[in-house]
Amino acid sequence: MLNFTFWDILSNLLLAARWTVLLSAIAFVCGGVAGLLVLLARVAPLRPLQGAMKIYIELFQGTPLLMQLFIVFFVLPLVGVETSPWTAAAVSLTLFTSAYLAEIWRGCVDAVPKGQWEASASLALSYGEQMRYVVLPQALRIAVPPTVGFSVQVVKGTAVTSIIGFVEITKAGTMITNATFQPFLVYGLVGLLYFALCYPLSLSAKALERKLNVAR
Amino acid sequence: MSLADGSVPPSPRPLVKLTNIRKSFGPVEVLKGVDMAVQEGQVVAMIGRSGSGKSTLLRSINGLERIDDGVIEVDGECVDPSQIDLRALRLKVGMVFQQFNLFPHLSAGENVMLALKVVKKQDKASCRAAAEQALAKVGLGHKFDAYPSHLSGGQQQRVAIARSLAMAPKVLLCDEITSALDPELVSEVLSVVRKLAEEGMTLLLVTHEMRFAREVCDSLVFMHGGRIIEQGPPAELFDHPKTAELAQFVGMVEAR
Repeated sequence: MLNFTFWDILSNLLLAARWTVLLSAIAFVCGGVAGLLVLLARVAPLRPLQGAMKIYIELFQGTPLLMQLFIVFFVLPLVGVETSPWTAAAVSLTLFTSAYLAEIWRGCVDAVPKGQWEASASLALSYGEQMRYVVLPQALRIAVPPTVGFSVQVVKGTAVTSIIGFVEITKAGTMITNATFQPFLVYGLVGLLYFALCYPLSLSAKALERKLNVAR
Repeated sequence: MSLADGSVPPSPRPLVKLTNIRKSFGPVEVLKGVDMAVQEGQVVAMIGRSGSGKSTLLRSINGLERIDDGVIEVDGECVDPSQIDLRALRLKVGMVFQQFNLFPHLSAGENVMLALKVVKKQDKASCRAAAEQALAKVGLGHKFDAYPSHLSGGQQQRVAIARSLAMAPKVLLCDEITSALDPELVSEVLSVVRKLAEEGMTLLLVTHEMRFAREVCDSLVFMHGGRIIEQGPPAELFDHPKTAELAQFVGMVEAR
């Protein structure tokens, strides 16, 4: 058996943490872009499109992330699409994030008073112009704190990708525990690393909330 | 039609013509076939109890309420219920709301410039010039960079009027524009409206300011139960109501 010092354990976990951060960032950025498209379709004045997006959102919100990951990782290869743990993780987290962000943002668009739509309509703005110049800028303000808050869920969500063999912090922790038989130390460190990633996000969500409330 | 300077003679063809306007909200029919004509330069107030359909009628003129039946004509722009694109109509009809509805993320000047830039595609310099002129007209030239949250209700409403005027509409709809204001702020808004009336702007107002209606309007329209049941010069309607409904309404508002 190899001998692991504390620093060996910590440095290996920190190296794995890079992948947690990268996966979170990809899921958040791609999920954000996809979420914006889902949002626009969700609130568009076209019933069939609205309905389709509603189903999309309900589907991802109504099933466990782990199951979504399994479908992407195990089921897609059955129909001929090969996926590595890396792509499966990125794709499923992106879809998951897009559905949640679209729904969070829809609430923000709904929170813009009806009078704003009416005033901009009276000025002969088209639907797209109303969205772009009047509604989205106001919705964005409301959306910042819950969006940053949700990023915490994305970071924690990356943990489930350990199950399909993607080596991020949790998977690295499991591997190191198997080698060192020191679960308390290793998982303790894993927990601390997640906390170190998430706590600043929570704090900034709270700070932004305070700041944007004052500005109103 | 007595204009202060008498410069704008009434045209033979009405600027706004409503024909058989019908509108229901679910099972409730709020407009039961309304006909109405407004000449260019005329100032018309719609009065009546709440629920009489006056606000709905006003809001249907620029398509904020979709009518079920009838035809709306503004300056030759004809709209019926099947029409989807209301842009041409809305370019001719401005509207001011009870709750001001300024865009809170934009300054007063930007509020006025937005539609000039986006809809009329004017360049920056002419947008700015038009906005400055419109704000000066409502006495707020010095508030160009102020945000709505830093303005009083009366000032916000005047910015809203400037925002509509900058688009050079043919007719301005005013939906209870002083109802949300503190009493001491009402007069600054009404004096702007009075000035517009004197300049020959075509105005359609839903209002509870009876004294203002009497002094400024050329014509009153009394609505009751989704119909226009009396219309004519203010003095005539107030002093010699023909229907029991109007007599009762006049008695009520004068008792206040």
